[in-house]
Amino acid sequence: MGYASRSPWVIHYDGSSCNGCDIEVLATLCPGFDGERFGVVNTGNPKHADIFLVTGSVNEQNIDVVRQIYDQMVEPKVVVACGICACSGGVFHDCYNVIGGVDQAIPVDVYAPGCAVRPETLIDAIVAGVKVLDEKEAALKEQKRAAKKER
Amino acid sequence: MITIIITLIGSLLFALVAPVIGCLLAGIDRIISARMQGRVGPPLLQPYYDVRKLFGKENVSVNSVEHGYVVCAFIFACVAGGIFFTGGNLLFVIFVITLSSLFFIMAAYSTRSPYAEVGAARETVQVMSYEPMIILMAIGFFMAAGSFDTKAVFALDTPVISTIWLIFLGLLFVLTIKLRKSPFDLSMSHHAHQEIVRGMTTEMSGPTLGLVEIMHWCETVLFLGWVGLFFVWGQWFSVVIAIVVVLAVYFLEIWIDNNFARVKWQFMFKSAWAVALLAGGVNIAVLAFL
Repeated sequence: MGYASRSPWVIHYDGSSCNGCDIEVLATLCPGFDGERFGVVNTGNPKHADIFLVTGSVNEQNIDVVRQIYDQMVEPKVVVACGICACSGGVFHDCYNVIGGVDQAIPVDVYAPGCAVRPETLIDAIVAGVKVLDEKEAALKEQKRAAKKER
Repeated sequence: MITIIITLIGSLLFALVAPVIGCLLAGIDRIISARMQGRVGPPLLQPYYDVRKLFGKENVSVNSVEHGYVVCAFIFACVAGGIFFTGGNLLFVIFVITLSSLFFIMAAYSTRSPYAEVGAARETVQVMSYEPMIILMAIGFFMAAGSFDTKAVFALDTPVISTIWLIFLGLLFVLTIKLRKSPFDLSMSHHAHQEIVRGMTTEMSGPTLGLVEIMHWCETVLFLGWVGLFFVWGQWFSVVIAIVVVLAVYFLEIWIDNNFARVKWQFMFKSAWAVALLAGGVNIAVLAFL
């Protein structure tokens, strides 16, 4: 088990969600579910975050914002699409201004469906994301080692 | 020459030991905070996991000097700890730890991020707020112990708290500002309810942020050492009493942290100076004239 998986700091961004999933995301971090047992801390700063929780679909207005937050995050990083709108666009998928799920803007690692997504599903999604985080951390270490050898 | 060597060895030892103690204290802090909020809380070694993770992250410093400033801040924090715990000059300790704070402020300013700049400006106000009380503490300590050297306490018949207890209360007040705990966590907050993104550390990430955490652990140990200094005298068991008091004070800080909302800088500034004037001024006046 790597250290990345022991302290997954999350950042939450509300794309165009109806707030149903946002409330559930915050409920996951509240005392009832206590995400901090697993080292989960809610940060407001993309540069400190490891897991990006996006709720709601991507549209013409917010696609640049989603991309910018993702770009500001430091490797290794994981994206979790929270709720069916973030996964595929949900009931809004054929609206004139909706592009689709978050995967239309940035690479998504874990999909957590639901309307609204349940805290239990979210915890499962974060646990799955943490595994991906570990793999990415190991890959990054390997890269660094290879780069050192080349020098 | 001997003093320099002792200080150097002390600083190195402090740089090795203080992060371990500070890390455990931070872990206890997070568990107690969680219990106060009706949660289970993270494992004891959570701060260690966090820092290990940060050191494993990619390095994306916004400029080449930011990390250098943070390294300087860390080194001077260790030197201050080394001087203090080898029985050196208390006044000198205060100046060196202030230098460390200034390097940290420079690091935040160097990133040119508006959030970090607001954080740095607020940290400057915090330094201005607590510094008078800290200086008065050194003067009061000199009047009570007859020397600025911290090792002088071991030659005393009674602990300095018996004569400068008012200054001790003043120190307790500014300790919250120095530890950047709520209600005085204006420049950067440890909690989820963040202020101005993440204040000073907005642009710091990965290894730089990890070093900031380690520096914070060292600072905590040093500041708690100041608290303990008030309760040590010529008897060996006084050190045990000092440690018990230090732990009680740390618990009090956690309690304050969890029970008070963040204040505006104006209130912090005025109240800290008022406390310095009342607690420090009155206590020193009593010592000087009575």
